[in-house]
Amino acid sequence: MNSTWIILGATSSMARAFARAVAAEGAAVLLAGRDIDDLMVMANDCRLRGARLAEPVTFDARKPGGFADLIERMEKEEGELNAAVFVGSMPEQSAIDEDPALIDGVIADSHTGPARFLQMLAPLMEARGGGTVVGVASVAGDRGRLGNYVYGSAKAGFATYLSGLRNRLTRAGGHVVTVKPGFVDTAMTWGLPGMFLVASPDAVAKDILNAVRKRKNTIYTPFFWRYIMLIIRHIPEPIFKKMKI
Amino acid sequence: MRWKTTDYTGWGRALTASGDIARPERRTALEAILKDGLVPAIGMRRSYGDAALNDGGRVIDMTRLDRMLSFDTTTGILDVEAGARIGEIAAAFAPRGWLPSVMPGTGFATVGGCIAQDVHGKNHHKAGSFCEHVVSLTLLTGTGPVEVSPEKTPELFRATAGGLGQTGVIVSARLKLLAAKGDVMVVTERRIADWDEFLVRLDASDATYTVGWIDATATGVNLGRGILEEGETGSGLITQRGKYRKVPFNAPHFALSGPIVKAFNSAYYRRVPETGRTVVRPISDFFFPLDKIHDWNKLYGKAGFHQFQCVVPLGAAPALREMLEEIAGSGLASPLAVLKRMGPGRAGYLSFPMEGYTLAVDFPNRAAARNLVKRLEGRTAAAGGRIYFAKDSLAEGTDLGAMYPDLPDWQAEVAKLDPETRLATDLTRRLSLRSAQ
Repeated sequence: MNSTWIILGATSSMARAFARAVAAEGAAVLLAGRDIDDLMVMANDCRLRGARLAEPVTFDARKPGGFADLIERMEKEEGELNAAVFVGSMPEQSAIDEDPALIDGVIADSHTGPARFLQMLAPLMEARGGGTVVGVASVAGDRGRLGNYVYGSAKAGFATYLSGLRNRLTRAGGHVVTVKPGFVDTAMTWGLPGMFLVASPDAVAKDILNAVRKRKNTIYTPFFWRYIMLIIRHIPEPIFKKMKI
Repeated sequence: MRWKTTDYTGWGRALTASGDIARPERRTALEAILKDGLVPAIGMRRSYGDAALNDGGRVIDMTRLDRMLSFDTTTGILDVEAGARIGEIAAAFAPRGWLPSVMPGTGFATVGGCIAQDVHGKNHHKAGSFCEHVVSLTLLTGTGPVEVSPEKTPELFRATAGGLGQTGVIVSARLKLLAAKGDVMVVTERRIADWDEFLVRLDASDATYTVGWIDATATGVNLGRGILEEGETGSGLITQRGKYRKVPFNAPHFALSGPIVKAFNSAYYRRVPETGRTVVRPISDFFFPLDKIHDWNKLYGKAGFHQFQCVVPLGAAPALREMLEEIAGSGLASPLAVLKRMGPGRAGYLSFPMEGYTLAVDFPNRAAARNLVKRLEGRTAAAGGRIYFAKDSLAEGTDLGAMYPDLPDWQAEVAKLDPETRLATDLTRRLSLRSAQ
């Protein structure tokens, strides 16, 4: 299989599970993130699981100046180019209430940073005539809630961006999968109160890979979140605004 | 690092702890936690009793530090993080002709757990214990990381191998893998009519992998009947392993009652034709037969279960037969019962194996079963055998000094590394392992 995946936010546990799954199929993986030492460990792991090539690369969603180097690195790989975006940050809403400046970081990590990167990658994918973008949004983006509406709004913006990008890349033979995970058992959710129906990162990665193969557009993972969010989206605003969920 | 406050159990679910768990995903995060002092590490909690429990205290869940770090194709040495699961390693390396040299009965056990219990596998009579194939390991101690190997730090290695995590936090290990013929198993199964035949067959077996399933409900002339499985790795085409299944809820208490188990065991015994048979199986089916059913421990219901496993010297086989008689007579056994001949291989002061026969039987967690297990533990001690810390959840005041003669050496070494007993677990407290016997 002559395909290459760049994985943004590769230190997260969801990204780790996904990277391992594509590595086992023999793909090349570029593991992008800030903690290069840890990414080096991940690269070794991916190589031992069957990756044709595995390499750590620096990616900081808040420093778009470094994106051009990554695009250049990708260009060197022949064949199909793919990207999977797992970046995002979710400080407690109360912390943002205290320091509104934190919003900028959340938006950069979860929306504008990855969007800018994908925007730079899109022409290359078009030129190669294919490839898939996996963008991890969130069920939190389906409706703004008291508990995490800044994070939710960033993910909603990113989901809308992905929908437009899908519209664009489809014309060139490419594809975009929007992934909306519910609660996933990651370092971000570990020990948080109010977690239920928590999915394992491996199960989520399996769902994503399946969606890539079947060229699905938007998936909820685990699947039942589609129905939970269907209900939540349909609660009339006059009632919803008084709710605390 | 966020700590999760929760209740958790061992695999048997009969014992529960409540406390705080951290689950670092990077080595740096682990080191940051340990800066404030040592905390016991746990893995997949596949030990049946309380080896992985620390009631009222803290533990570190190592399962996300599970990366393979390097592999040398000339020496077959794999460097891997302690949270990696044996089954994952087998799945990744079997297609390339390598297997972990020793694999326990579940592929969900972590490398760290396998070291801390110095586990054995179906090839123990030939290959020895898990830690005999550990070239070296990295241990995070109160004073930082230490490289531990049988050559350079023999005492520390012996205290860490089978050492129940009491010398420090195992973060990674260099394992010598075994060159395997291929990624399937060629398994010969034959019916064994009774106890005497079982011992004869086990003694005579020359197979690389040997394990006996024993019908622990059969009495009289059928006492000790079962199925002997002998396996060799092989190569060839085979269909993929089937989908795993889950046990969605706790089974009712009668699911494993006497008559049902008896009927099941009879059918299971007759599954193998009278003349025996040879079959080809995926590696995982042979080594980890129960892993196909996730959460099979729920079959025992909410109260959980106990496993009794002992090993007795070769000469004490009659005593083991008496134990089996008592088990069969009680009607309390479950279908899960295993008989195996062990070799002498062991790597640590507290390693379980000794040359002899080992018997493992599951019992639902009921008063009658608990009393039976205690009697069996007494019989084990009298026979000059020992009980297995990975399985035990009931022993109290047992004469462990006689079972584990190297206990004082272990204690001396552990006291040097963890003088404040910060690494103590429910198991070490229940058995007073850390204090003089």
